Amino acid sequence: MTALPASLQSWFDARGWQMHPHQRAMLDRARAPALLLIAPTGGGKTLAGFLPTLADLAEAPEPGMHTLYVSPLKALAADIKRNLRTPIDEAGLPIRVEDRTGDTSAHAKKRQRADPPHILLTTPESLALLTSYEDAPRMFAGLKRVVIDEIHALAESKRGDQLMLALARLQALCPDLRRVGLSATVDDPDAIARLLARHPDPCEILEADPGPDPDIEMLVTDTPPPWSGGGAKYAIPAVLEEVRKHRTTLIFHNTRAQAEIFFHNLWLANDEGLPIGIHHGSLDRGQRERVEAAMVAGELRAIVCTGSLDLGIDWGDVDLVIQVGAPKNVKRLVQRIGRANHRYNAPSKALLVPANRFEVVECVAALQAVKERDLDGDPRGPGPRDVLCQHILIAACSGPFDADMLFAEMNSAGAYAGLTRAQFDACLDFCATGGYALRAYDQWRRIVQRPDGLWQLRDPRSAQRIRQNIGTIQDTDTLKVRWRGRGGAPLGEVEEGFAATLTKGDTFLIGGQIVRYEGLREMIVEVSRDAAQKPKIATFMGTKFATSTQLSHRIVKMCQQEDWPELPDHTADWLRLQREVSRLPQPGRLLIESFPHDGREQLVVYGFAGRNAQQTLGLLLTKRMEEEGLAPMGFVATDYATLIWGLDAVTDPRPLFDIARLEAGLDGWLAGNAVMKRTFRASAFIAGLLERQVGGQRKTGKQATMSSDVLYDTLLKYDPEHLLMQITREEAMRGLVDFDRIREMAARVGDRIDLLRLTRVTPLAAPLFLEPGRVPIRGTADERLLEEEVTRLLDASGLATVDAPARPVWRVPW
Amino acid sequence: MKQSMNRLVFDFCGATLEALGSGALHWPAARTLVVSDLHLGKCARGAATGGAALPPYDTRETLARLARDIAATEPERVICLGDSFDSVAIGAALPSEERARIAALQTGRDWIWIEGNHDPGHVGAGGTHLETWAQAPLAFRHITVPASDAGEVSGHYHPKARILLRGRALSRACFLMDSERLMLPAYGAYTGGLWTHSATLSRLMGPGAEVILCGERPARLPMPRAEARRA
Repeated sequence: MTALPASLQSWFDARGWQMHPHQRAMLDRARAPALLLIAPTGGGKTLAGFLPTLADLAEAPEPGMHTLYVSPLKALAADIKRNLRTPIDEAGLPIRVEDRTGDTSAHAKKRQRADPPHILLTTPESLALLTSYEDAPRMFAGLKRVVIDEIHALAESKRGDQLMLALARLQALCPDLRRVGLSATVDDPDAIARLLARHPDPCEILEADPGPDPDIEMLVTDTPPPWSGGGAKYAIPAVLEEVRKHRTTLIFHNTRAQAEIFFHNLWLANDEGLPIGIHHGSLDRGQRERVEAAMVAGELRAIVCTGSLDLGIDWGDVDLVIQVGAPKNVKRLVQRIGRANHRYNAPSKALLVPANRFEVVECVAALQAVKERDLDGDPRGPGPRDVLCQHILIAACSGPFDADMLFAEMNSAGAYAGLTRAQFDACLDFCATGGYALRAYDQWRRIVQRPDGLWQLRDPRSAQRIRQNIGTIQDTDTLKVRWRGRGGAPLGEVEEGFAATLTKGDTFLIGGQIVRYEGLREMIVEVSRDAAQKPKIATFMGTKFATSTQLSHRIVKMCQQEDWPELPDHTADWLRLQREVSRLPQPGRLLIESFPHDGREQLVVYGFAGRNAQQTLGLLLTKRMEEEGLAPMGFVATDYATLIWGLDAVTDPRPLFDIARLEAGLDGWLAGNAVMKRTFRASAFIAGLLERQVGGQRKTGKQATMSSDVLYDTLLKYDPEHLLMQITREEAMRGLVDFDRIREMAARVGDRIDLLRLTRVTPLAAPLFLEPGRVPIRGTADERLLEEEVTRLLDASGLATVDAPARPVWRVPW
Repeated sequence: MKQSMNRLVFDFCGATLEALGSGALHWPAARTLVVSDLHLGKCARGAATGGAALPPYDTRETLARLARDIAATEPERVICLGDSFDSVAIGAALPSEERARIAALQTGRDWIWIEGNHDPGHVGAGGTHLETWAQAPLAFRHITVPASDAGEVSGHYHPKARILLRGRALSRACFLMDSERLMLPAYGAYTGGLWTHSATLSRLMGPGAEVILCGERPARLPMPRAEARRA
């Protein structure tokens, strides 16, 4: 057993604290080359990660960096700095701790490179940037440990892939570097361990006591939830009542827009003026920091928030977590619930608030999954190659490199263990030439091979541009919002697409206030105060998660129960009515309803494949319908169904659902699709084909979209096998397109497709008609409607008789 | 891109004309094909002047479309109605491959470059350079002149129309015409457009103006105008 240094031990003793068993175990295994700790929130996880470092540095530490701490959030790095100071100062340890993020001053950054602190706290992007400097070997000389916090969150994104590539680089500089990962409860610890360790080394996994089951329920209100929408306005009085009964409540929402609307409605109903704040990633930093400070000081009774509060920041005395809207994913729900009650070994208390009728079913299914500790998760494929391209450019910035060594280094990162030399060479070639179609343009020839075989930047000045564009965060294009007038205070950000829809006088919500759009000046949205009770336009969009496969299966299974005693009456009645007039979805079968409505033929496909896959299904089915001459006009998708409307009714669905034909159509159809263009754009930025920052000037989203769309069209036509096109297809298949889940659905239902022809809208289909995000289909229906319109006008105006030659003469010349 | 040779026949100031789905205008009696606003070299110019860096395949795309329309209509004369090049200098700076394509299209027929605001001079390609060209009953120039005689054919504005079909919006590039003037859509790839319901176009066109929408089957409809917007 490793003993704590006396100074630390007496600090523990003075507080009457004892180490948790997993903290002690971390100390004991301090020499493990790779170690993953899985512990619930509030388990003293971060301290467990740092104890070996503090023990090492307790007496007369040598100058230089000892431990590097990486967290996904800047705020988390700042928070940890504060928390680490307490034991260090009170135990009188001679340890220097500093953070380094995008917010750190240029002066401090420069000093850190010359004279690094013992413990440096940073983010994956800042670390990647550090490794791009020529003096990286000096800065990291002697580094012993790297601690990756919230690794479960990083493991799901390209930020994690980039981080692991940077670690591979560090490991080459410091061969004895030991890796520690800190993770919340996850479904597959082994997968995270594989990412963390240097491939093919093993990684020890330490699982802390998960603590007691959470106390979690669905909030049942007298007013039933509405049929559609995500606002959960109906639940405001009940939520306020809960806030009143607890010390501090976190109210989670799935999107920023929903958080804004809910916060606004909460304030309108907050007659006694309970102190309630709002926190999400689109708010101005100053505003977020004020909320965080008030929270830590215990001045707030509730915070309306989004995923920006998901990660391990210590928010003090939270005793209730409310999740508004279906959680979509059981794992995330469990992690969120952990935010309540930071006392280890006390149950967390949480309430689920379904936003609409269907979400009632989803919430109950999620509750069952939580009780059974049945977490969900989809395995992540091999590491994406756009990140690899960026890493090659970063390596070139730090100095000439040997391709063989770089390839070996990349292979040591778990996600890239399966990377072949040919795949690597394709990335290298892309960085060197831009790819076949673009080979004539200098701007894409970034690196060259020297006579001695090493690769280096073709133009050393390009290092600055490459550094400016480091990172893999796929931010949507946002514009800053400020009060009108000189030096108007910043309020936050809105999506550029949302800003484009505004006209002067429109009102919207931001930071809980209703503001009036005044105009756009130098790419800043200027607003003024508005006294209106209701914003004219709801607010900006936000990320939408797809309901996980496991949760979807649970929902379908629930539909097959005899009755639903666990559901509130309003929802059980709804399902009973559906059973009466149509049918409920069954496991292993695909339910399709067809009925006329609104002057069009409607088709509802209950695939339960999650929002993204249902969206893709909409694209593919409408394509097949177009081929069959059924003139589809558009579709809309939710997590559980796709609604397609068109001019003709579908009578035989089987040919439409032939999975082989669906998949065959995928390439050609998706090629011209906006989803692919969006995916391409994200990867093109990461791989360095496009640059967000050029000479300190940020490109506007519209400029960037324009050039990325044209590049996409060009490559599609002249170089469809271009590396970036391959990457786009790979990405789309597992991301926005999510074809895997369509395959999963096809395998699940086989040819067991039930088409029900009905006379009117069914209960289960009704909410779909209120769903936003309808996608129009341009094809036969346009031509037919156009012809109909021309005929109508000709008849009405009498043009048909006076202007006889004005009729189309169809002739195909070859 | 799928290209259709379907055409819509209409009378304009006594001439029988054909609107092609691609945005070209065919005048069979005069064996003349008219295209406007090709903006050749647009992307090359953007890259050269520090604007958006786009690979210059747009020129190839536009010329390929023009070649198909020429093959389908076999004209004796081709009129490019101005802004054929994105700048005067770019004409000479086009890659030799594309200059050769233009020369091949010009072979065996009269080729008239009407000068536009982007290319107000000699662009360095073969053919005749004129400010206007007329053959009764029509006159061709780049920008419409308000007091011109009836029968004027022009380009410049890149008109496009938005119409509602049973509650569904459809946007397309279009020809625009009233009893005296005819305006062509932009023929070039990646060229933006001006809505027919914009104040400018609504003011320019007389009462009873109509549009012919480009596309697989060109369709003739009343012009959507400013007052009809947001109705």
